[in-house]
Amino acid sequence: MTAASLGVPLPGGAAASSRGGSKKVLPGFNLTLGYTLLYLSLIVLIPLSALVFKTFTLSSAQFWAAIASPRVLASYRLTFGASLIAAVVNAVFGLLVAWVLVRYNFPGKKVVDALVDLPFALPTAVAGIALTALLAGNGWLGQYLEPLGIKLAFNPNGVVIALIFIGLPFVVRTVQPVLEDSERELEEAAMCLGANRWQTFIHVIFPSVAPALLTGFAMAFARAIGEYGSVIFIAGNVPMVSEITPLVIIGKLEQYDYAGATAVATVMLAMSFLLLLVINALQGWQRRRSGAG
Amino acid sequence: MSDLSRKRVVTTEAPWVRYTLTAVALAFILLFLVLPLAAVFAEASRKGLQAFIDALREPDAWSAIKLTLITAAIAVPMNLVFGIAAAWCIAKYEFRGKAFLTTLVDLPFSVSPVVAGLIYVLMFGAQGWFGPWLAAHNIKIVFAVPGIVLATIFVTFPFIARELIPLMQAQGNDEEQAAIVLGANGWQTFWHVTLPNIKWGLIYGVILCNARAMGEFGAVSVVSGHIRGQTNTMPLHVEILYNEYQSVAAFAVASLLALLAVVTLAIKSVVQWRHEREMKAAAEIPPERPPALKEAI
Repeated sequence: MTAASLGVPLPGGAAASSRGGSKKVLPGFNLTLGYTLLYLSLIVLIPLSALVFKTFTLSSAQFWAAIASPRVLASYRLTFGASLIAAVVNAVFGLLVAWVLVRYNFPGKKVVDALVDLPFALPTAVAGIALTALLAGNGWLGQYLEPLGIKLAFNPNGVVIALIFIGLPFVVRTVQPVLEDSERELEEAAMCLGANRWQTFIHVIFPSVAPALLTGFAMAFARAIGEYGSVIFIAGNVPMVSEITPLVIIGKLEQYDYAGATAVATVMLAMSFLLLLVINALQGWQRRRSGAG
Repeated sequence: MSDLSRKRVVTTEAPWVRYTLTAVALAFILLFLVLPLAAVFAEASRKGLQAFIDALREPDAWSAIKLTLITAAIAVPMNLVFGIAAAWCIAKYEFRGKAFLTTLVDLPFSVSPVVAGLIYVLMFGAQGWFGPWLAAHNIKIVFAVPGIVLATIFVTFPFIARELIPLMQAQGNDEEQAAIVLGANGWQTFWHVTLPNIKWGLIYGVILCNARAMGEFGAVSVVSGHIRGQTNTMPLHVEILYNEYQSVAAFAVASLLALLAVVTLAIKSVVQWRHEREMKAAAEIPPERPPALKEAI
C-alpha cells in the first residue's frame, strides 16, 4: 500500500540531517511510542499470537492432517497458481499502463490515472458480483464468450480474473513514480551511441524500473494470496477444483473445526510473513538503486 | 521501426507504437475497471428506479447501512489517532528497532482478511482465550457489533500511518524545533506547525481508510455471524441478497458502495492535484535556484 502514497516515494534522506539531535528538543516521544506499542499490541500482536498459541495446542499429527489433506493441498495449488498468473499479468499490463500514463498524452488521462486506484476503493464483494455479472454465461461478456467455448466464471479462470482486478494498482503505483523520475539523458545517450528504441528500453529503461516492477509484482502476489471477497462470487467454489485457501478456512470454521482452521491459517500467516520480508528487501533494493542513480 | 523516429524525436517511439500501446492499455483499463463499475450501476437500475429505492428502504438493508456507518465512525478515528502517534514517533525520532516497528505497522496489510477475522474468534469466541469469562459476564464480542468493529480496525490499521510516515519524514523537524525554541508547547507545535504541513496526506489516508472500513468483507464475514438486521454490514448484506438471487436488490446496495468508491477516488484525485500544486508552488518560491532545489531532492 506504500504504492498508494502520494504519487512519488518521498526521499527519507532529505530529513536525515535534521533528525540527529531532535530527541531532546521535540516533546512527545515517550507518549507517542508508548501509545503506538500499546495499540499495536492490543489490536495486532496479541490476537496474532492467539493464533500461534492455538496452533501449538495441536499435536503434530493433527496439524499435519489439517494442512496436508488433499482438499487443502488442492486449494494451495489454486491459490498460489492463480495468484502467480494474476501477478504476472499485472506486472506486464501494470508496466504498460504506467508507461502510457507517464510518457504519452491522450484525452481523459487524469480520469484514467484516478481510475487505476479503483480496486483499492471498491469493496471486494462489490467487485466480485460485478465481475460475475460480466462473465457469467448470461452476462454482458459471458454471453458472447460462452458460445466460443470460453468459460471465465465459476471455474479457476474466474479466480485469476478476480485476482488481476485486485492486484492491478500495486504494479502501476510502484512503477509510475520511478518512470516519472527516470532521466531522459540516459535514453538520449543510448540513442546517440546507436541503440534503437527497443534496445534502449531493454538495456536502459527496463533495468531502472526492474526493482519497482518486482516490488509491485510481489505486492500484487501477496494481496492475491489472501484475497477472499472478490473471488468467492466468481470462483464457483467447487472443492478440489475452484476452492481457494481462505475459503477452506471459512469452511472449517463453519463446521466448528477450529483446530483445522487455525492450522491452515497459520500456514497462510507464515506465507504472509515471508512475503512481507521479501517485499521489504525489494523496497530496500529499490531505494538503494534510486539513491545510487 | 526506429529508423523514422530516431531522426525526429530521440526519446519517444514511432507514432504507431505509441497509439498501439495506448490503445492496449486503455482496452485493459476498460475491460478490468470501467466495465465492472458500469455493470454495478446497470444491474442496480435494471428494474427501474422504484425497485432500486425499495431495495434500499427495506429494514434489513437500512440496518446494514447504519451498522456500516457506525463501524466506520469508530474504526476510522481510532486508526487516525494511532496513525498520527505512530507517524510522530517513527518520523521524528531515531531509536533502535524503528525499522522493525515500521514493518509491524504494515503487517495487517499482508494478513489475509479471513485470518484477521479468525484471530478475533480465537480470542473472544466461545472456545477462545476470553470466551468463558465473556460468557460468564454476558458480554458478546464475536458474532456481535464489537467483533465487527475490531476486525475492521485490524484490516484498516496501517492506512493512515502509512500515508503520514513518509510525508513527515520528508518534512523533517526544522519547523517543529523552531516552534519549540520560540516557546510553543508540544500540542501547540503539532496543531499549528505539523498539522497544516501534513493535512493533504492526512485527508488522503482518512478517505482510503474509510473506504476500506465500509467495504471490508472477508474479516467481517468471519466475525459477524450474519445475523440479519443485527450484525450485517452492507457488504455482507450484498452477499446474502446475491446468494438469494435477489440480484437487483444486491446490486442496489452494492451501487451505494460503488458510489462511495467513486467519491473516494474523486476526493483522492483532488487532494493529490492540490498537493502537487502546492509542492510546485513551494518549489518555485526562490526563482533563482530551482535547479539546486531539485538537486537537493
